[in-house]
Amino acid sequence: MKQLMSGNEAIARGAYEAGVKVAAAYPGTPSTEILENIVEYKDDIYCEWAPNEKVATEVAIGASIAGVRSISAMKHVGLNVAADPIFTYAYLGVNAGYVLITADDPSMHSSQNEQDNRYYAKFAKIPMVEPSDSQESKDFMAEAFKISEQFDTPVLYRVTTRVCHSKSMVEFGERIEVEPKSYERNAAKYVATPANAKIARIKVEERMKSLEEYAYSSPLNKIEYNKDTKIGIITAGISYQYVKEVFGDNASYLKLGFTFPLPMKLIKEFASKFETVYVVEELDPFMEEQIKAEGVKCIGKELIPPMYELNPDIVAKALLNKENETKKVDAKVVGRPPVLCPGCPHRGFFYTMSKKKNTVVTSDIGCYTLGGSPPLNAVDTCICMGAGFSAGMGMAKAFEASGRDNKVFGVVGDSTFFHSGITGAIDIVYNKGKMVPVVLDNRITGMTGHQENPGTGKTLMGEDAVQIDPVEVLRAIGYKTVKTVDPCDLKAMDEVVTEAVNSEEPYAIVTKRPCVLIKGLPPFKTKCRVDRDKCKKCKMCLKVGCPAVFFKDGTSYIDQSMCVGCEVCMQVCKFDAIEKVGE
Amino acid sequence: MSDVKNILLVGVGGQGTILVSRILTAGLIKAGYDVKMSEVHGMAQRGGSVTTQVRYGKKVYSPIIGKGQADILVSFEKMEAVRWIEYLKPDGVVVVNNYEIPSMPIASGKEEYPRGLIEALQGSFKTVVIDAGKIAEELGNIKTQNIVLLGALVKALKMNEIDWEEIIRETINPKLVDINIKAYNKGKEL
Repeated sequence: MKQLMSGNEAIARGAYEAGVKVAAAYPGTPSTEILENIVEYKDDIYCEWAPNEKVATEVAIGASIAGVRSISAMKHVGLNVAADPIFTYAYLGVNAGYVLITADDPSMHSSQNEQDNRYYAKFAKIPMVEPSDSQESKDFMAEAFKISEQFDTPVLYRVTTRVCHSKSMVEFGERIEVEPKSYERNAAKYVATPANAKIARIKVEERMKSLEEYAYSSPLNKIEYNKDTKIGIITAGISYQYVKEVFGDNASYLKLGFTFPLPMKLIKEFASKFETVYVVEELDPFMEEQIKAEGVKCIGKELIPPMYELNPDIVAKALLNKENETKKVDAKVVGRPPVLCPGCPHRGFFYTMSKKKNTVVTSDIGCYTLGGSPPLNAVDTCICMGAGFSAGMGMAKAFEASGRDNKVFGVVGDSTFFHSGITGAIDIVYNKGKMVPVVLDNRITGMTGHQENPGTGKTLMGEDAVQIDPVEVLRAIGYKTVKTVDPCDLKAMDEVVTEAVNSEEPYAIVTKRPCVLIKGLPPFKTKCRVDRDKCKKCKMCLKVGCPAVFFKDGTSYIDQSMCVGCEVCMQVCKFDAIEKVGE
Repeated sequence: MSDVKNILLVGVGGQGTILVSRILTAGLIKAGYDVKMSEVHGMAQRGGSVTTQVRYGKKVYSPIIGKGQADILVSFEKMEAVRWIEYLKPDGVVVVNNYEIPSMPIASGKEEYPRGLIEALQGSFKTVVIDAGKIAEELGNIKTQNIVLLGALVKALKMNEIDWEEIIRETINPKLVDINIKAYNKGKEL
């Protein structure tokens, strides 16, 4: 069977075919669809949304030790969270195979940084596999498990946004049923005491040497010689597709699918045949630096940019000084930044905060990062998952130390609360932070496209689950006051925030209102509409930053096809010029 | 790679270019082409500017289309057509839905929705202007406007060797097949 598949779907298929029995992940663009597709095979694969990437990786590691093939998947920054277990599992080695999938996001389409996770392979001293399209995303999975088991090591499976989210044709194979390996206690291997780790440390270096030998003959590396070519290109991942697009048959290629440790002998053999050797790779000069250190003459980042995504245009301009003819039109366009959806429950909270002078809002990763966009402009910081609480704590302590009375509101969503917000909430209450942790509970993991989490009452596999309420968690860890509020009720929201500003006691807020995009919610029967006679054209309603509310020809309108009747704009109108229509 | 054709679909997050690209790719695969498609996910979807890129031919390498390389640009929204126009070949065709969605700087009154966009497009490119929303409403379902645009795309690219009605039948919810086939044919007539 041949089918058009995204790289993520293909990775899921590949894991299925490779006999994987346990898969765990925390959602994060561009990796999310891997587990969303693994669930298609839930009869054969146990799969879960873990509260965070570290937990997901530890679950998969445990499964691997217990004797079944396993994967964990995450976006690039997720591997920072999961770095702790993977560095040590690199010492222990596997029982059944284990593959960690990192999905990097060059150009930061949906990310806070652009880190090149290939360095994790070098850093943790584990082998790395890099597919360049969907077929390889599926096929390389089987080889990755072979490597893992043959060399007793976790394997890093590195993909990027364009591999994850591009679709190309995939020829299916059959699932190989891999018998579970026997499990027996083996403390010398699986207990990372200093004494055991010291011994394992030697094994890691020896393993690197064996892997270098394997690299030379790995089926994942491919040479394509084209006749009479003077140019040799060393490349990997999506960059291969771009150089093929640009050079076609006018160059020869060393296309690497196994990129750590590099097959240096193969690289030297290949490079010796050409007048000009290019190393074409996205982001950092990961391969290039290693190749140059071996004395191979090649050109890379002298011409290829070290940041943002590559594409055929960039490669053609850099290496051939060729540019396609383009034509512009004589018209100006206005930017279209992402915004909170019409009816988004976060809007009421951020609108309220935008009116509160002397407050600082430390936000987090999720839809609510958008609370910082105009016209709300109600966010001071966004760093990483969990920092909404803990960086807020640091700011609160700093303000205290410098005699300032700014009140800090730390913001996380429900899924982020379970991911790494709880520890920050504990820090605040334990170390007497004079700040207000706020959980924006919209009953779903929003930005990544609606995944279940420990607060939704369902698992990835569709089973009913315990529904953990952030309110009860906050109470249990010592918050005397935990106020629950509907964020779209602006009066109530304002009262709670005012009370929190003035509180000397630990005070937490949980806003509760579901994301409007959740399927199966009762339909929105009413909408808001501007009463032309009453509208004074004061533009107050525009300050809520709703995409359905717009100003045209000197007056406000509400797009009836977008409005879901949340009434936030209605509450800010001082002239009662916004009315409810419908039932 | 001269035989590879490039289709660029652009619009605003939530407009649903996805169904069109699903039908397109299904038809192209059936016709025996190698196909690659690329789209954006995540943060960019939240009311932002979105693209879906479809490339097909004997053998396709890059999943993304370079500047000046699209044979056709189908824009579900007026301003988005201008935003992405640089990707169109100088002799390419732009199919533009005569429909405005104000972005936040416009909605909030900071900027004006630019005027004269269609005229500007027509001044430089072969331009097909379609009131897909109006046509879809007349058919009785506003949601079929993307299929109206599909019809216009098929016509503009002369992709007649593929039985698109059959592909629509296979792809779309049976209850909505008839209205969508009408929408497709409306788009083809224009």
